[in-house]
Amino acid sequence: MEKGKTNKTSDQAETRKASAVGRRDVIKTLATVPLLGAMAYGLIKTRKTALFDRDISDVFQLSNKNAVFIKPMAKGRQIRLGLIGFGIRGKQLMRALGFAEPSYMDNLIKAEEANPDDTRYDVFMEQDDLNVVINGVCDIFDKYSESAQLTGSNVNREGTKGKLGPQPKRYRTWQELISADDIDAIVIAAPDHWHGTMTVAAAKAGKHVYCEKPMTWTVPETYMVRQAVRESGIVFQLGHQGRQTACYQKAEEIIKNDLLGHVNLIQVCTNRNTPNGAWVYPIIEGSNPQTIDWKQFEGDPARIMEYTDYMKSFRLERYMGPEERDKFSLERFFRWRCWWDYSTGLSGDLLTHEYDAVNQIMHLGIPDSATSSGGVYFFKDGRTVPDVLQTTFEWPDRNLTMLYSATLASSRNRGKVFMGHDASMEVSNILSITADSNSDRYADKIKKGIIPTDKSFFTYVPGQSKVDAVTSATELYCAQRGLLYTYVDGKRYDTTHLHMREWLECIRQRQTPSCNIDQAFHEAMTAHMGTRAYLEGRTMYWDKDKEEIVRGENV
Amino acid sequence: MENNYSKAQLSWLLLLRIFIGWHFLYEGMVKVLNPNWTATAYLMDSQGIFRSMFINMAGNAGLMKYIDFLNEWALVLIGLGLLLGCFARLSSIGGILLLLLYTFSHPALIGVKYMMSFEGSYFLIDKNLIELAALGVLFVFPTARVIGIDRFLDRALPVSFRKFLI
Repeated sequence: MEKGKTNKTSDQAETRKASAVGRRDVIKTLATVPLLGAMAYGLIKTRKTALFDRDISDVFQLSNKNAVFIKPMAKGRQIRLGLIGFGIRGKQLMRALGFAEPSYMDNLIKAEEANPDDTRYDVFMEQDDLNVVINGVCDIFDKYSESAQLTGSNVNREGTKGKLGPQPKRYRTWQELISADDIDAIVIAAPDHWHGTMTVAAAKAGKHVYCEKPMTWTVPETYMVRQAVRESGIVFQLGHQGRQTACYQKAEEIIKNDLLGHVNLIQVCTNRNTPNGAWVYPIIEGSNPQTIDWKQFEGDPARIMEYTDYMKSFRLERYMGPEERDKFSLERFFRWRCWWDYSTGLSGDLLTHEYDAVNQIMHLGIPDSATSSGGVYFFKDGRTVPDVLQTTFEWPDRNLTMLYSATLASSRNRGKVFMGHDASMEVSNILSITADSNSDRYADKIKKGIIPTDKSFFTYVPGQSKVDAVTSATELYCAQRGLLYTYVDGKRYDTTHLHMREWLECIRQRQTPSCNIDQAFHEAMTAHMGTRAYLEGRTMYWDKDKEEIVRGENV
Repeated sequence: MENNYSKAQLSWLLLLRIFIGWHFLYEGMVKVLNPNWTATAYLMDSQGIFRSMFINMAGNAGLMKYIDFLNEWALVLIGLGLLLGCFARLSSIGGILLLLLYTFSHPALIGVKYMMSFEGSYFLIDKNLIELAALGVLFVFPTARVIGIDRFLDRALPVSFRKFLI
């Protein structure tokens, strides 16, 4: 009995001990599980504040739409091209079409071997085949002409050891090239003083035209080009490749949705600081009166007369020359942008890019007035065009001013900025918006600390779709990493390539390109107003009804 | 399982395991809960000898979807493993590999600048590498068989499984 009792007690103790061990075991096994609860609390809180703080969709309505580009036809016909001018820009345009000099390909391959991060070769090779053939080229410098022929035959995109295709024909004059039967469309990359004349002739011959900016050199020819293009019905594209920048389409939507408030001042700039940027290009070896057809370089007599008439009638002879037009000069041939005799100066060369972007985003049209000032302040190399220029354009009907400010001797970066009552927007390859501390639209969000005013609160990076929230640090960081290309369906493209592709597709699909003749007319007249304001030292006005540039005293 | 650690040793090792587990889990969960999170920018900012490899990865949008997915969930699982002491040694190895990849992408070199810079000053050894070494310590001094789910797995799993997993 005693023994039995003892046994029973010891059994109970064993069981108790075992269950205690079991309990301790379970506790030891799961000891850290409660920590998950602590973390969950943190996570829920983090997520809640993150979402709460960043949502601004009630005051900032923007679609998730990405940029739209014309889609190439599946089986479009091949377009036969002729190229006029194979200088710096001509070479770039040919590359954008898929044709590069073999020596240039060698350099790209070498560059990539030396530095694996240099992917220019891959980007060029991946560029779409535009289904074009170069049938004719024309440059009045023999070396450039031969190089253009070689480039046009590099159909396989190979280096100097590669296999070439048939060579395009070399034409001695641009007139012959334009009248060739085996050419459908012309790419014009000649100097400014030739743009209008060549475009009119090409249009009259029924050839489609891609013309480098600016559209014209003189005011009278501007009307002629518009008329010729309209009457002939050709597909005309002006070479402002900025039209293909994804951010500009988003900027247009932002303006349309009034997210900046009333935009009253737009600042656009040119900031360069190298001889090359100031058009002091190298003199190419082998250039002399025998290899350059100077007579053709001089220009079209009708245009020269328009230019001379204008300059003389407003006593602006000091801006002409200084050398005689028929005197051969290598400097004037390679650095023609430095002289009004061939050039449109900062207005035609660089202001036009900025203006065209603003016109695309805000649809401003030709300004009511233009006032300019500046001078040759740094590059005192005998040039007649200014290297520092300020032009203010006014649109009183839209209650806004656009200030163009340029220097070729300081590269301090000043962006393209749209200043509104509620926010300002800076546009480049990315787009960012900073709220104004005195904004009405964003006042509540600013007060609550949701929208900052000391840095941008919204950043658009092409390809990124989310727009209902304040840009987070990581997104901003991604933007600052500079996704510098235009993305179409995830593939990156060079904008000039896209701009030429659009022109070719419009020819195939009978559509109108983005920088069509009307946009080009706006561009040319605006630039001419700025130029004339500078040359004459007084404000130029635009008479909307007569479509004429008029002077201060007439208004 | 037998426990040869002193109380103090066990406590500090356990604390180290919990801290690192917590860190991984939180990093992972924040990314999982943010649908816009991607490692693209981080990889594009890579430096050192593997730079071009990481940049190429970042340039491939299709590949990045998988990389982001793997990275997020690896962080979460490693974090859970360490925190709960579940397959803790396997988690330590996983953590070491992940940290090694981060180090290859963002080595602490002299004269190298990152857009998202480290706070503090580092040469060769940064916080990632210190965490990596600590995971090495946890691998050779396992604690999850004492405190953690591995205590149960140690009995439940066949012997051949146990060596590196728990």
